[in-house]
Amino acid sequence: MNIYVVMKRTFDTEEKITIKNGQVADDGAEFIINPYDEYAVEEALKLREEHGGEVTVVTIGEEEAEKELRTALAMGADKAVLINDEDVEDGDPFSTAAILSTFFKDKEVDIILAGNVTVDGSSGQVGPRLAEELGISAVTTITKLSIEGSLAVIERDVEGDIEIVETQLPLLVTCQQGLNEPRYPSLPGIMKAKKKPLEKLDLDDLDIDEDDVEGKTKTIDIFLPPAKAAGKVLEGDISGQVKELVSLLTTEAKVI
Amino acid sequence: MSKKILVLGEVRQGELRNVSFEAIAAAKKVAEGGEVVGLLLGDAGSLANQLIQYGADRVVVAENSLLNAYTPDGYTQAVMQVIEAEKPEGFILGHTSIGKDISPRIAAKLKSGLVSDVVGLEVNGDEVVFTRPIYSGKAFEKKVIKEGLIFATIRPNNIAALEKDESRTGDVASVNVEIKDLRTIIKDVVRKTASGVDLSEAKIIVSGGRGVKSAEGFKVLQELADALGGAVGSSRGACDAGYSDYSLQIGQTGKVVTPDLYIACGISGAIQHVAGMSNSKVIVAINKDPEANIFSIADYGIVGDLFEVVPLLVEEFKSVAVN
Repeated sequence: MNIYVVMKRTFDTEEKITIKNGQVADDGAEFIINPYDEYAVEEALKLREEHGGEVTVVTIGEEEAEKELRTALAMGADKAVLINDEDVEDGDPFSTAAILSTFFKDKEVDIILAGNVTVDGSSGQVGPRLAEELGISAVTTITKLSIEGSLAVIERDVEGDIEIVETQLPLLVTCQQGLNEPRYPSLPGIMKAKKKPLEKLDLDDLDIDEDDVEGKTKTIDIFLPPAKAAGKVLEGDISGQVKELVSLLTTEAKVI
Repeated sequence: MSKKILVLGEVRQGELRNVSFEAIAAAKKVAEGGEVVGLLLGDAGSLANQLIQYGADRVVVAENSLLNAYTPDGYTQAVMQVIEAEKPEGFILGHTSIGKDISPRIAAKLKSGLVSDVVGLEVNGDEVVFTRPIYSGKAFEKKVIKEGLIFATIRPNNIAALEKDESRTGDVASVNVEIKDLRTIIKDVVRKTASGVDLSEAKIIVSGGRGVKSAEGFKVLQELADALGGAVGSSRGACDAGYSDYSLQIGQTGKVVTPDLYIACGISGAIQHVAGMSNSKVIVAINKDPEANIFSIADYGIVGDLFEVVPLLVEEFKSVAVN
């Protein structure tokens, strides 16, 4: 089975966000594999354990993303590809999907797994856009996957309910929490990962003209939400506090 | 310049979703005196007048028996045919499960920009400026579309719907659309959401963390949610500990919610949880630990044992409701 994972390097979810020169400042920040993409890596490894084949992890981003690719290799992926997109103007989900679709054009693909959103930009667009560009079927927010021959039976999370769907390979899926428990890289895994193939490509290698992948949207401002004023911690005995709270919610805050 | 904007009226369990009315309000603003066209898919024509009462100027009902249940291919094909026929300048729909599923496919087919998960918008001369959260609300960005449709999905509960006006009338036209080659077939839907109040659209959320201590403990929270007509959510800690289902997790991984009232019970307030709920209009924190971070973002706090406080709250709310 030819299994691909599309993943992204993101800020650790415990990081606070600060803004410098109109951009989110990343100095000193901890980076991780986007948590939803981690589910994708884990599911890819499980598919390989069951069906055989090869797992390739692909990311678009800066040089530093090699670290997250090595983590995926240490988890057990076979090969990694890092596509540098620094020349792209106003890079957005269209750009990412366009670059990826060019990369996948000449590949034999059975399944592509991705996270259902990233915890930074959170557009959730890249997976379905990529499937559309490749002309393959896409199933989003999956929580269970089983493949029998070319038939995929999938459970997906639909606002808390479960939808059971069937479709055929080749296929793109986007992974939702609850799909699996991503494994931690083992020590031998980390050692092996250093020697696994990691291919670095830029737009020229893929024969992409940067004008053709320029974003269709533009970010014109980034700002922090206004700081919240300190709230009111109630005092007195508990039943008095409860009465006061209900009264505040109905008369002062007027939310009930 | 006045524009024609298409809005998807999304139906859930036989009723139009509130976010579709909010999408009409957003479209009205973008249309600048132009036309807002409501779109219904499948067997939903009887709901058309509601879209008009909430501000749509007319409604197109795309009919085909294959649209009576949702499939991504069916919905995408139907919307594409209506866009080709109507040639709108913009398309706005809810950032719901269906909205998230079909909007990127349509954007890809149209080679269009798309701004997802919008919480506010303004018209600035010729440009429509959309505001959306990034890092799950730790920051926000303003975005414009450079090429393609003025295309956005809007997050429930953030853009107010217009007042319902029952005197409004408008044309309702049915069109037949061709649906073929459905690659993904939905075999079954298993309903897990008991109360039917969806977290993303709930006006009131009662949420529990590790302090709830067990799955059993969540029953107390459910009673409070039921008394208030709200929904129950949870923190990652509670999900990881097995007290709650991952589908109810609120946070940077999990759902991002913006209810009118968020009652956090036994939640410490880790950064990744706060990202998912800090933009709620009013936050109440109930926690034994007076140093818990959740108090720093709460509007009202009670330092105490949730198993003592929450049942008292249920009683008090019930007695207030009676009076």
